[in-house]
Amino acid sequence: MPVVVAGTRLFTHGGSYMLHVRGRWGLIAAAIIVAASALGLVAAESAVAAGPIASGTSCVADATTGCLQGKVVDDNRNPVAGAKVTVTSPSAATGSSKTAKDGSFFFAVTEAGAYQVALDPSSLPTGVTPKTPTLTVTVELSNITPAGFALNGHAKGSTSHAAASVSFWQLLGQQFSQGLLLGLLLALAAIGLSLIYGTTGLSNFAHSEQITLGGFLAWVFAVQLGLNIVVSAVIVIALTSLSGYLQDKLIWGPLRKRGLGLTQLMVVTIGLSLALEYVFQLIFGARVYPVATDLELNTGPLNITPTAYWSMLVSIVVLALVGLALTFSRLGRATRAVADNRALAAASGIDVERVIRIVWIVSTGLAGLSGVLYALVNGGVYWLTGAQLLLLVFAAVTLGGIGTAFGALVGSLIIGVVANVSTLFIPQDLKYATGLVILIVVLLVRPQGILGRRERVG
Amino acid sequence: MDVGFYFSTLFTDFGSTALSVITASYVIAAIGLNIHFGFTGLLNIGQAGFVLLGAYGFAITVRFTQNFWLGVVVALVAAVLFALVLGLPTLKLRGDYLAIVTIAAAEILRLLGDNQLLAPFTGGTFGIPGSAFSKPFSALSPFPQNGLFQLGPFNYPLSEGDSWWLRIVAWGIVALSIVVSFLLVRSPWGRVLRGIREDEDAIRSLGKNVTVYKTQSLVIGGLFGAVAGIVNVLATSVSADAMGRTLTFELYTCLLLGGAATVFGPLLGTFLYWLVLVFLRDTIGFWVPSGILSQQQIPQITWIFVGVGLMLLVIFRPQGILGNKKELAFGD
Amino acid sequence: MTDDDYDYDRAELRKKLDKVDEVPGSAKPNPILTVDRITRRFGGIAAVDVDHLEVQRGSITALIGPNGAGKTTFFNLLTGFDIPDRPQNGGEKPHWEFQGRSLASTSAFRVAREGMVRTFQLTKALSAMTVMDNMLLGSQEQTGEKLSRSMLWPLWRGKEKAIRAKAEDLLGRFKLLEKKDDYAGSLSGGQRKLLEMARALMSDPTMIMLDEPMAGVNPALTQSLLGHIQDLRDRGTTVLFVEHDMHMVRFISDWVIVMAEGKLVAEGKPGHVMQNQAVIDAYLGSHHDQDLGDDSVLDEDFATAVTQEDAELVKEKEALEAYADSVRAQEGDEN
Repeated sequence: MPVVVAGTRLFTHGGSYMLHVRGRWGLIAAAIIVAASALGLVAAESAVAAGPIASGTSCVADATTGCLQGKVVDDNRNPVAGAKVTVTSPSAATGSSKTAKDGSFFFAVTEAGAYQVALDPSSLPTGVTPKTPTLTVTVELSNITPAGFALNGHAKGSTSHAAASVSFWQLLGQQFSQGLLLGLLLALAAIGLSLIYGTTGLSNFAHSEQITLGGFLAWVFAVQLGLNIVVSAVIVIALTSLSGYLQDKLIWGPLRKRGLGLTQLMVVTIGLSLALEYVFQLIFGARVYPVATDLELNTGPLNITPTAYWSMLVSIVVLALVGLALTFSRLGRATRAVADNRALAAASGIDVERVIRIVWIVSTGLAGLSGVLYALVNGGVYWLTGAQLLLLVFAAVTLGGIGTAFGALVGSLIIGVVANVSTLFIPQDLKYATGLVILIVVLLVRPQGILGRRERVG
Repeated sequence: MDVGFYFSTLFTDFGSTALSVITASYVIAAIGLNIHFGFTGLLNIGQAGFVLLGAYGFAITVRFTQNFWLGVVVALVAAVLFALVLGLPTLKLRGDYLAIVTIAAAEILRLLGDNQLLAPFTGGTFGIPGSAFSKPFSALSPFPQNGLFQLGPFNYPLSEGDSWWLRIVAWGIVALSIVVSFLLVRSPWGRVLRGIREDEDAIRSLGKNVTVYKTQSLVIGGLFGAVAGIVNVLATSVSADAMGRTLTFELYTCLLLGGAATVFGPLLGTFLYWLVLVFLRDTIGFWVPSGILSQQQIPQITWIFVGVGLMLLVIFRPQGILGNKKELAFGD
Repeated sequence: MTDDDYDYDRAELRKKLDKVDEVPGSAKPNPILTVDRITRRFGGIAAVDVDHLEVQRGSITALIGPNGAGKTTFFNLLTGFDIPDRPQNGGEKPHWEFQGRSLASTSAFRVAREGMVRTFQLTKALSAMTVMDNMLLGSQEQTGEKLSRSMLWPLWRGKEKAIRAKAEDLLGRFKLLEKKDDYAGSLSGGQRKLLEMARALMSDPTMIMLDEPMAGVNPALTQSLLGHIQDLRDRGTTVLFVEHDMHMVRFISDWVIVMAEGKLVAEGKPGHVMQNQAVIDAYLGSHHDQDLGDDSVLDEDFATAVTQEDAELVKEKEALEAYADSVRAQEGDEN
């Protein structure tokens, strides 16, 4: 089931994924997706049958469909199965459904407006009554509208979770591990962003689209073509790296030669980012594309899914490799030399343009990997996945101290953990806002970032 | 499907776009951005935040008090405070910091606006309908409250909603904003701003308090943004998602198209920007069969054009139409 | 411009300086700038570590030293463009005062407002603005620069006229008048140096601090620059300038301060200081070959080389003074 990402409306233009991309835009990256996705873009559509109000076990919103869905839970927050829920549309059409084992119900509707959602008290276990038997909600097409029922009392066998599982520390622990995971994924993207900034001075706003590209390509290979996820990931990294190479060769390299200022270049990346976002939307619509299809349970010391463990492991290994390469390899030293003083590096015989091109290749590959893993552990990818993460990535880079690779890692982990832990205190959908607030607060106290050096003027 | 119909539609759409309150609000916001970016060299990529704050400050206040002027004051005060919050930590630092903080702060505002917790005030993702706050403004109209007025193909209400009254006020504010920005940037104060854009250290060495000037610039440009927000929502409704990052990017496109650091650049650029959008929309809608591009995909195509257009503009004509290459607003 | 204790008469000034001890940190009879305990480290290396320094009012004082001696950093610290380190182990705080007013922890713009205006080693002419706009920005008297008055042009139009007249006068002196409507970016390197100096003078500074005014200037212009600097002094502006080329220093300065590796190593009259062993060591030991303006001096006995050069220098000096006189004469005509 698609995950509704916090605070974002999903618009889908159902079914019409006509491709219309012209090569002369020079957006080779887009062309790759086109080629890849043309292989089979009859994406898995909604499980719900057509009709004014249809019920089912899942619902996908698109331009003509709105989802009305919710859960019925008792006062121990345990789901209640078999409860009868009836909805009435603005035009008085009705539909009803019984809740599933997990207490959930789904209605797919084709008409926007105010709906009555009623819970039949007689379908509830004895001793259990609804707090409010009828709800009125406003349904929009192409969106998911929640409608949940809380009950008074509980049936026999419904155990209280109060003591058993919701201690604050457990929640904290879980959010912390989720935060580490997010932090590591941010770090993959952040180090690339920081390397590009360090060697070229460019703040690359189109870095977000590399993340999105990684996610979509993962969907194409792992889901559409059914390849093994590891194989898919390798292909995705190769393709995103290739897109980085082509970008530097066709756009950034020539523009550097043209002598464009850094601010100008930054605005160019903003334009590119905007164009690519809508290329993604044009091709994929606004739907979320899940990459991991199996349902997994949280397990182990960090209480996260096995895929999440693997993602963390992969991130740590890759980050460590990048760190080692930067510190010890010839190329890594050359990269740092270029970042430190470009003119001096060039004078001492380093091929600066080559270093920059490799930095682009590595950075976009890392962002691609970040996109794959993010899509795996966060329910999927959609056209704004990268855009949503980009500011957090920038925040991480700035927080750590602009231009320091290690700082980017530290900044990412802090942002990831704080954003997740903050959900214990503030609404879930403000999670990313917290990350950005920290950034502003840190700049007030320690402007050079956590690991940055104090600025020299004059 | 005749060509005559296409042209008559196109020209009517051109006309209504040129009169549109939304166009006026873009011009005002772009004038603010011009003070930041064009004249002072401040890389504010969160101008949408100022617009949003003006919109919310005005709409929420008027919604609960039905007092138009109080709403305006709250919107302006909110923009000043926002500018100070953004400016204090960043204006002493390198330009990149201002960029990331402004875009982050604008995003925070948007997320807060969408948040369900504040829905009693902001309306959450549904926003605030225009009817909740537009009455006191309509009441100020010298025209009859009810009724429509037709001028050629343009038929709008006299006083209510997206009315002739609002159009007159909105374009009046545009004219006033241009005069104000002209007086500001041609003054010695504006000269200092341009100096800061060139080299802050040089200006410091000449005894000017650069941080104060940059803060003033951020506040003044932000005030234009807030006014744009008020004007904008009077014609429509408040919606946080309509005032996100893409709005800022659109404003940059307008500004750069017309020419940053020129007084009339924002006006000319915004006009052209909207005319191009209307042209694309009408032309694709009319000539491209819906089997190739559905109606819903037209906005996506136009956005792609905006993105690519912004890239080409910055690469090939960064000074825009009116600008002087020698006096380029882009630093380094 | 009248100032009671300013030595408009240069001979008078030199007489006073003759009595000053030629040791680092020596006391001056009438110091305009006094510096105490100022240090700045970059990554463990002390770029500047000056214990005490006084600069005589009315003098042209040269601050010399090999590359990397910390001269520019020292300038930045004095003018508020950099912040000195806090004392370690509870030592006394850095302190420096200008005309009796403390400048420690004063921001750069306030230092300029106090009357101590600087220029930069890499010229900071505002290249996308006209020469005239550059000059107008130099003034500190334009109240139209206040936001509250900016839109009310009648309030500042009169002042603008006066400032413009002054700018034209200065541009005339610096031979830039016909360039006044050109973009500063179109000027040559030397003209930019001149413009930067002229711009600094718009505020009638009490003291001007020039960071390598001669660097990158073609030799033809160098002489006129030197003339201007002497002229500044004679009109009542104390001059402190950084230079690492000894040639320049010798004719125009009244006093020379030598820095090496962040520290003051010598002070004295220009003729004497170059024979100081500490200075010779600083220059020869620094492995920077261009510092004394002549490669050959590195291979020979330093003092001898300097003495040999002296004869040529005296000739150059005479030529220069003649030039300076002609400048003054010309100005006399104009007035």
